[in-house]
Amino acid sequence: MEALFFWIFAIGMVGSALAVIFNRNPVACALCLVGTFVFLAALFITLEAFFLAAVQIIVYAGAVMVLFLFIIMLLDIKAEKKKPIPYGKIGLVIILSLIFGFFFNIVLNGLPNGQSILHWGTASTQDAKEIGMILFSKYILPFVVTGVLLLVATLGVVLLSKREV
Amino acid sequence: MNWLTEITLNHYLALSGILFMIGMAGVMIRRSILVIYMCLELMLNAANLALVAFNRFSPAARDYDGQIMVFFIITVAAAEVAVGLALIVSLYRLRQTTNVNDLNSLKF
Amino acid sequence: MNWIVLLPPLIAAVLITLVLHPYKKISVFTSILACTISLGGALALFFSSSNEGLSSFVWAAVPGLKITIGAMGDHLAVLMLLVVTGVGLLIHIFSYGYMEQDPSLSRFYAKLSLFMFSMLGIVLADNLVMMFIFWELVGLSSYLLIGFWFQKPSAAEAAKKAFIVNRIGDFGFMLGILGTWAIFGSIHFTELKEIVATSGVPAGFSSGIVALVAFGLFMGCMGKSAQVPLHVWLPDAMEGPTPVSALIHAATMVAAGVYMLCRVFFILELSVSALDVIMWIGAITSIFAALIALQQSDIKRILAYSTLSQLGYMVMAVGIGATTEAMFHLTTHAFFKALLFLAAGSVIHGLHHEQDIWKMGNLKKYMPVTFWTFLIGTAALTGFPFLSGFFSKESILFAAYHQNIVVFSIGIFTALLTAFYMTRLVVVAFFGKERTHEVHHAHESPLVMTVPLIVLAILSLFGGVIGIDHYIGEHKVAHEAGGFYFVMGLSITCFLAGTAGALFIYLKAKAEPFSLPLLRDKFYSDEIYEACLVKPQQVLAKALSWFDYWVVGGVFVRLTSISAAGAGEILRLLQGGSLQAYVVMFILGVALLCYWFLVRVAL
Repeated sequence: MEALFFWIFAIGMVGSALAVIFNRNPVACALCLVGTFVFLAALFITLEAFFLAAVQIIVYAGAVMVLFLFIIMLLDIKAEKKKPIPYGKIGLVIILSLIFGFFFNIVLNGLPNGQSILHWGTASTQDAKEIGMILFSKYILPFVVTGVLLLVATLGVVLLSKREV
Repeated sequence: MNWLTEITLNHYLALSGILFMIGMAGVMIRRSILVIYMCLELMLNAANLALVAFNRFSPAARDYDGQIMVFFIITVAAAEVAVGLALIVSLYRLRQTTNVNDLNSLKF
Repeated sequence: MNWIVLLPPLIAAVLITLVLHPYKKISVFTSILACTISLGGALALFFSSSNEGLSSFVWAAVPGLKITIGAMGDHLAVLMLLVVTGVGLLIHIFSYGYMEQDPSLSRFYAKLSLFMFSMLGIVLADNLVMMFIFWELVGLSSYLLIGFWFQKPSAAEAAKKAFIVNRIGDFGFMLGILGTWAIFGSIHFTELKEIVATSGVPAGFSSGIVALVAFGLFMGCMGKSAQVPLHVWLPDAMEGPTPVSALIHAATMVAAGVYMLCRVFFILELSVSALDVIMWIGAITSIFAALIALQQSDIKRILAYSTLSQLGYMVMAVGIGATTEAMFHLTTHAFFKALLFLAAGSVIHGLHHEQDIWKMGNLKKYMPVTFWTFLIGTAALTGFPFLSGFFSKESILFAAYHQNIVVFSIGIFTALLTAFYMTRLVVVAFFGKERTHEVHHAHESPLVMTVPLIVLAILSLFGGVIGIDHYIGEHKVAHEAGGFYFVMGLSITCFLAGTAGALFIYLKAKAEPFSLPLLRDKFYSDEIYEACLVKPQQVLAKALSWFDYWVVGGVFVRLTSISAAGAGEILRLLQGGSLQAYVVMFILGVALLCYWFLVRVAL
């Protein structure tokens, strides 16, 4: 079961990601990105991180991507015209990918836990509560600071989007 | 055939790597600022996936440190997207273009 | 005691330069007073006949070499001192009349005093290094005095030429001094004389080395006394004022070379080949100069070449080994050559700076005192019997007769030529009819100029019999050796032949009857030097300049700057402004980090 769901969601996610980078219309890109996030949330669930999956959907797919779409509409960005294939750039990408692939290989082979197999049922379903407890006891400082950060971000956005300073 | 039926940590990490590289390719290839920003988000999410995978496969029980980290990452990413998009809007108002090749006044 | 002789001219020069410059008459008086004090000191040394009053102090001392500033008080030095100060004083007095109209009179007397100081330093020097120091100072004074009228380009060029040619000789001199110190371990004349007398040349030094050292010392003489091939500066030095020509280039400075040779003769003696070279160079110089003088028309040039010729005689005498005869001739030559130059100065002054003899004529009517003194000088120079020059030249020729018959023939022939061209000069300038209108306006010079002439004339007349040669030392060849009267008869015959020949040819001549371009153009020696030395030096200078511009400047300097600029240009590409390029570089950096931490550290 684990394998089946994993492969479905993995392939879906990779397909959506590829669609993001190959689409010419920015709205289509954004929607594909939403799809990517949804598949990612599903993958979180296969990893038994239920709370995080919910947070991913709510924040990323629900807030961030909506914001993206607002901006695309605001700026009225048109679909890109067909341009010739930039072989140089693609060659560069392939080379870099190979390099990073090589590094990934080294990492994956060196991990001590790399071969441990996924089995469902071992994790707690109460993880929202658990995370909440840890968040407000051990990680209270980062939590509060993040709150301040959000305030600052809000102020920043308001300031930045003024027409006249 | 084991790698098809038995999902290990390595699978999730490889997936995270592939996602990261797709995002990287997008940043290098795409010309529109907004799409580049979206690919940036892809890279962030790849990191998130890796962290959650590590958390799931860690030997200690009831260890949610990885998930807490992802929680914070998501929050900060959201704030960052807001500010970044405000910047892009200001830039668009100034330059009237979103093509990244036109935004080159900082050259030598 | 020696400081009384040495220092007054220096003090006078310093005083005039710093303080007395605006006061012409006082400067003149100071300089003449200083010369008189030096003369007094020299006379005191002459009469004291002991070395007690001489002091010296150590100027520099390192292990193995001690350089002092002191004095030699032997007869050679005293005689030279008397000549320098005596003739110098007469010339100081003469210059006052000659240069009276010159606006820079103070400067002239300052330089004259500086020269006196330097010359006295050479004469008094008790070691080779002190002599070299003053040698250079004399060269400098000569430069300053030849270029006295520096506004004239020809005078400035002549001064430069004199200094540079002198310098070449000085270089050889320095090498000779170094060689002497290396071989004998000392530079003091008295010490050297003892070393040579007791042990000769130390073991380990071949005769070739000793010959080279001797030749090095001779090179100094070649520069100062204008021997061939370093003779080219002396005729051009006539650009200076006539008293300068008289003092420096007739009586004293050019004689310094011969004086130095006599001083170091005991070293030269050690090498027969060096003495041979010296003898031949002296002989060649004397005949070379005499031939050129036959065709010159500038009164001062004729006298200059005559000086060259007589210097050749003196050097030849030293080469033969007859140092006493050389110094004797030096002394008498100082008298009559200074007389001739001063008389020529009187003529030039009287004719308002006309120097071409073919523009003169019948001057004996307008300038009688000058005429008679000039005639006495000429007679002494050409060897009129029983005048001073006769005795000194005789002694040299006699010594040559016993040494080398070829050199003797050259000497005799040169005596003939000397008689010829000097008589030519006297006849053309003083006899005959006036050749130009200006001659009618010539007037005799004032007393301040004629009195020195008369004094020098008296010395030229009787200088041969007052016993100068016995004061210095022994003749090389005693009178009793064979052929004395033969040589005397031969030289008198030459004198008569030369004089008669010139009288016959030139008495009625209106212009130069002969024209020998080779002689008139001084055997093209200046042109030869120009082609052989100056042109290659220009080419070399151009080549070095090219090298400096392209290789040193281009490769070393420009290469570094171009590579720095080029590196900058390359790095500029990294700042293209393209966001995606920056991203690529960022990712490359990350890849590098990964490589560092994953691949390298793992290994």
